[in-house]
Amino acid sequence: MPFTLTVNGESRTLDLPGDMPLLWALRDGLDLTGTKYGCGVAACGACTVHVDGAAARSCQVTLADAAGTRVTTIEGLGTPDALHAVQQAWIAGQVAQCGYCQSGQIMQAAALLSATPLPTDDEIDEAMSGNLCRCGTYPRIRAAIRDAARRLQEA
Amino acid sequence: MSRIGTIARRSFLLGSAAVAGGVVFGWWTYTTPYPNPLEADLPPGTAALTPYVLIDATGVTVITPRAEMGQGIHSTLAALVAEEMDLPWDQVRTAHGPASNAYYNAVIMEEGLPFPATETGWLAETLRSATHIPTKFLGFQITGGSSSVPDGFEKMRLAGAAARAALVTAAANRLGLDPTTLRTEGGAVIAPDGTRLPYTDLAADAASVRLPDRPALKPKANWTLLGTSLPRTDMVAKSTGTETFTIDIRLPGMLYASVRTNPGIGGAMTGFDASAAETMPGVTRIVPVENGVAVIATNTWTAMQALDAITFDWAPAPYPATTAEMQAALAAAFTPDMQDSRQRDDGDVDAALSGDVFEAEYTVPYLAHATMEPMGAAALLKDGRLTVWAGHQLPTMILTEATRLTGLPPEAVEVHTLPMGGGFGRRAETDFIRQVITIAQAIEGTPVLLTWSREQDMAHDGYRPMAMARVRATVAEGMVQAMDLSLAATSVVESQVGRLGWSMPGPDGTIVQAAWDQPYAFPNYRVTGYRPPVMAPVGSWRSVGASQNAFFQDSAIDELSYLAATDPLLFRLRQMTHLPSIKVLEAVAEMSDWGSTPAGRARGVAFCLSFGVPAAQVIEVAQTPGGIRLTNAWAAVDVGTALDPRNIEAQVSGAMVYGLSAAIRGEITFEAGAAQQLNFWDYEPLRLREVPPIAVRVLENGEKIRGIGEPGTPPAAPALANAIFALTGQRIRTLPMNKVVTFA
Repeated sequence: MPFTLTVNGESRTLDLPGDMPLLWALRDGLDLTGTKYGCGVAACGACTVHVDGAAARSCQVTLADAAGTRVTTIEGLGTPDALHAVQQAWIAGQVAQCGYCQSGQIMQAAALLSATPLPTDDEIDEAMSGNLCRCGTYPRIRAAIRDAARRLQEA
Repeated sequence: MSRIGTIARRSFLLGSAAVAGGVVFGWWTYTTPYPNPLEADLPPGTAALTPYVLIDATGVTVITPRAEMGQGIHSTLAALVAEEMDLPWDQVRTAHGPASNAYYNAVIMEEGLPFPATETGWLAETLRSATHIPTKFLGFQITGGSSSVPDGFEKMRLAGAAARAALVTAAANRLGLDPTTLRTEGGAVIAPDGTRLPYTDLAADAASVRLPDRPALKPKANWTLLGTSLPRTDMVAKSTGTETFTIDIRLPGMLYASVRTNPGIGGAMTGFDASAAETMPGVTRIVPVENGVAVIATNTWTAMQALDAITFDWAPAPYPATTAEMQAALAAAFTPDMQDSRQRDDGDVDAALSGDVFEAEYTVPYLAHATMEPMGAAALLKDGRLTVWAGHQLPTMILTEATRLTGLPPEAVEVHTLPMGGGFGRRAETDFIRQVITIAQAIEGTPVLLTWSREQDMAHDGYRPMAMARVRATVAEGMVQAMDLSLAATSVVESQVGRLGWSMPGPDGTIVQAAWDQPYAFPNYRVTGYRPPVMAPVGSWRSVGASQNAFFQDSAIDELSYLAATDPLLFRLRQMTHLPSIKVLEAVAEMSDWGSTPAGRARGVAFCLSFGVPAAQVIEVAQTPGGIRLTNAWAAVDVGTALDPRNIEAQVSGAMVYGLSAAIRGEITFEAGAAQQLNFWDYEPLRLREVPPIAVRVLENGEKIRGIGEPGTPPAAPALANAIFALTGQRIRTLPMNKVVTFA
């Protein structure tokens, strides 16, 4: 049975199993590869996307459950030519090393700032601790989130 | 088609490529030239004079032939070339380039071997349709050992300088001017009257210019890019989800695969029943691979689901079944017949070990690399050609494995090296490469992407070895009088070369790495390595032997400082002989305001010189209601010459977090021959809230330029253990620490 959902503002219909995680529907069904597979068990956050505006681990959302929702992936947050404020801050702060986890980090941070425009250090720690980074970029992630918050305030 | 080929066929000016110098000899036979690997991809009638700089109508591409696994090496190697070419940084593009021994890493084997400048003249004589070099020399294009910067420091600048010289000569010829009247700026040659000839316009002419044998390099005082913090060339892509990692490869008609192999790593598969999996919608083929099975499907998820539906019969693992048995074998290795090396034996240790002798035993567990991107690769076998796409630290080893498995000649194999979602030494292994080639052979004509599950990745690593140290020492008058350090670990080198079918060439220096060569003037000082038989497969894990030996030796030195009733930092300084090492310790003392710890907190210091880099760290901890919390961290390193300070800081800080993750929670244990940790819930790296602010200082007192991917890791574990002792009086001699300490 095909499932229809809105992905990055476009209506998309996917003829894939309903129990397939949204992660794999995006990656292998729609070739939206910015969303990463890291663990498959919601332990690393690399697959974080926005479902109806809230951060979600796409490895834990089935395609059937995602049907009818609005999904935003890193590709829909901003592009190299039209960067989101969080992406601008990430680039200004030179956050990424290997970069594999950063799509998820950025989506998580964007959701945090959307809900909490001026987060405290504790709120940043709380919101971001589900997203692993093996390169250890955490100090720069913290700084970039504060920078992004400033950019969004000034925007 | 390779990216180089794409560039070439799309837009080469007048069918011609331009130019750059390169010193690409092998140390074993440096007079024999390597073919330029870019040549194979150029259209007819074109020439690429050197392997590092490619100019086409759209700009300059610097070939940066080292694995980009997060350390920023593509940017730094490109900056070396751009500096000499006077290329604006925003015009620089990078490409990894093909797998070739032309991109041989001199430093990994023969650190410090000078390049004979007189040999650069071979380039003009050796332009021929080249592909790959003889198989017996394959495997030397390697990224590891913090060697890329020392290896590339002169090589890449010479490439840039030669390219600049050729472009200037081409401009002089065109303008009828003396080349010495011309200058270069902003990616162009500028004539005295202001005429501006962009490099892109000169590329065709420059291709026919004879390169200088030894172009002059800019003095450091004239550097404008090097020594500054440049925006990384990959930062926008990595911040927008547009970087293509191996797992992101998409090819027309591509299928997706995943594998399951014997959890007893290296043990055989004696049978399997895939009848339930075969009928699952989306499953295309089920293919036996080495010690296991691959499912090929229309998407990755279906391939992974189908693997769950297969039942397997596994032969036992070819090593002891349990961690306890492995520990017993390790503890039994401190015997003369298992002695592997004794690279330091100063004074008379046996005589000096009398009276109150300090004795301690330290142990560390196996560790997984756990890169964020699990292992994977893509491949296509079609029309007698094999193409492999993979993030890999030894791309020429992929050529070796490909020719061995397929029988194809090396020139029929093309390797694309992609950015890696973490490497840390794991992507020096070829297990997943062999699998994808086997899968591609089974579905010849169809491209396939293999992606490991996290569980397959965690349980099938070449782990950091379990290791043990026995220390005996004495102190007197606030100094170490005798230090007898006995180190036992299964051999990384023996395990790695064994997997390649080779035998162990001699003692394994990694067993005593960063232990025997520490800059301490203990009057009686002995470091002995012991090598039990290889048990579970082990490999290069960020900083290799230094990762355990710094914990062993520096922890012991810290214990001795308390026995000597001497400040731990001063205790180390007193017997340190190497000025750059002294300076890094002094730096962390100053940065942390050592000696004035805030109330309720405690600090530990640690030092380790590894890969030529002295590194000192101070970690501050506090007791909180939830447990011990890391509140601050300071690090200082000396790299001799800092090419990109901000990137070096990132490496040091990140390497420290990598070491702390292992120290606090990292452990792989075995039961029935299988790794017991399978995912990030039971092998959990540090999370953001657990990591303190980290301040890094980069010093340049060292005599040689050094790489920095690894040296930040070794001091992390001892610095934390020493801090916890200072806070609680509890000395931690066994990792991971969370077995005996609760962390907040």
